Amino acid sequence: MAERVLEVKDLEKSFGALKATNGASLDLRPGEIHALIGPNGAGKSTLINQISGALAPDAGSIRFLGTDITMLDTARRARMGLARTFQISSLAQEFSALRNVMLAVQARQGTSLRFFRPVMRDASLTEPAMRMLSRVGLAGRANVPAAALSHGERRQLEIAVALAMEPKAFLLDEPMAGMGPEGSKALTGFLHGLRQEAPILLVEHDMDAVFALADRVSVLVYGRIIATGSVSEIRNDPEVRRAYLGEPA
Amino acid sequence: MAARETTVNVLLVLLLPAVALTALFIGEAFYITLATRIAILALAAVGLNIALGLGGLVSFGHAAFFGLGGYVAGVLATHAFNMEPVALGLPGTTDMPVIWLAAILLCGLVALPIGLVSLRTSGVYFIMITLAFAQMIYYFAISWPAYGGEDGLSLSMRNGFPGLNTARPFPYFIVVFVLLLAGLFLFHRLQASRFGAALEAARQNPARLAATGISPFAIRLVAFVLSAMITGLAGALFADLNRFVSPSMLSWHMSGELIVLIILGGKSRLFGPLAGAALYVLFEYALGGLTERWQLFLGLVLLAVVFFARGGLIGLLAGRPRHG
Ligand SMILES: Nc1ncnc2c1ncn2[C@@H]1O[C@H](COP(=O)(O)OP(=O)(O)O)[C@@H](O)[C@H]1O
Ligand SMILES: [Mg+2]
Repeated sequence: MAERVLEVKDLEKSFGALKATNGASLDLRPGEIHALIGPNGAGKSTLINQISGALAPDAGSIRFLGTDITMLDTARRARMGLARTFQISSLAQEFSALRNVMLAVQARQGTSLRFFRPVMRDASLTEPAMRMLSRVGLAGRANVPAAALSHGERRQLEIAVALAMEPKAFLLDEPMAGMGPEGSKALTGFLHGLRQEAPILLVEHDMDAVFALADRVSVLVYGRIIATGSVSEIRNDPEVRRAYLGEPA
Repeated sequence: MAARETTVNVLLVLLLPAVALTALFIGEAFYITLATRIAILALAAVGLNIALGLGGLVSFGHAAFFGLGGYVAGVLATHAFNMEPVALGLPGTTDMPVIWLAAILLCGLVALPIGLVSLRTSGVYFIMITLAFAQMIYYFAISWPAYGGEDGLSLSMRNGFPGLNTARPFPYFIVVFVLLLAGLFLFHRLQASRFGAALEAARQNPARLAATGISPFAIRLVAFVLSAMITGLAGALFADLNRFVSPSMLSWHMSGELIVLIILGGKSRLFGPLAGAALYVLFEYALGGLTERWQLFLGLVLLAVVFFARGGLIGLLAGRPRHG
């Protein structure tokens, strides 16, 4: 059995009468991109939110690096090395791009209870943050407030923040959404190399990107994973074609 | 724009000593007291501004800390005067630095459990629960006859500061003004620091902060406690200014007044509390003599600020805030 970075088991989550997660299990192995696909409303974001700690599951367990993290809060999971991006960009809007990344750097260093030294004159924060911005191609926009960035730039900034956390696993919720074909292509190239740093659980609608990147694909429908396999297995799975790829059986 | 804010700030800081010095030379001690009052209220609001301005935590209970600080000064002085120990054999004191330290520590100690409970809520619930805690302390003070109950507690003389004659208005103004400067400096460094970054991020987007690995709850709790400590120090100074402390310092009116100061002056702006306090006390002085309903006019000004000048007086004078 290959070792697992992340292991989600029999997760359940209801919103009232709606079972948004219905016994979902999946895992993430070192060095892989595991794509999670499924129609709108299938429960992909809800699953990511439970893994990151933003939502508490009704039942089931989540293990990360061999530790049961089901009961830990979001900040603890993040400090353990779980970095997520949001489907709808979620940044400190008044802060510049640089300061958003610096926040992740200081979180990584565990130094938020320092009250005196100005952050902007602290190279141990600004330099790593600037490096991350350069990696995603935002160096030229470092001093622009997050609120004034374009949609695509905010998506890039989310990635830069995640990078700055030096995580052990990435949870990316539709990072290509609304990026345009150019941006999607660039990001696909970037994610291709990123899996060497840490494995990626990738929720994505862009099937070209998924088929180009994924080592494994899981298909989520109505909160339940109906198939997991390689790209070609998933493409040829009759149940997947019927339920998701929209083809007659 | 940044340069303009600096100019406005420098002018604001110079305003108080200018008034106090002028009053000293023309022999109008009353205006020194007025300037001292502005400085103390400003310091209290600087404290609240850590929670409210930086953290977005609208505490409607900061009078609890202002009043507690006041009672620390009153109670310690009374015990020193009667030569009775306060508790556990500890003597009272009329030494300001000791009183300040006691006020700061006590307010921190009281703010910790209050914060632990109320920071589990947010929005209107947070406002209501901080109000509820403050009201509990208010009624406790009213119903405790040992320290004057409803009538409050008079200090037979102003407490002392080594090497200064604090009974005279001008030296006492200097003491207060230096503490205000220290409070402003602290706020300034705090806002620019790692802690300030985390706190402001907790206000802007707590989900983002948590996702980067910093617990918004922990950051807010520390901010709430620090905020209470500074407001408590101002309370001790206020008791010494008036040589009197009463439950009114603990009342919800006081909490509201502190919030009003910040909104008048400009939220999360370094000098907002000072501008707000100056405006507030001038209003009180200029209109309070003409009509008992001066607060009606204050209310109108407040409405105007909320609707037309979100940045308060500082925003009006200096433009939008800068951000790194
Ligand atoms: N906080 C919530 N409260 C109630 N219903 C929700 C909530 N979040 C998601 N849902 C519902 O759960 C289902 C799954 O949503 P989501 O996880 O966002 O799907 P996906 O990301 O796959 O498009 C949808 O029907 C959505 O309306
Ligand atoms: Mg989604």
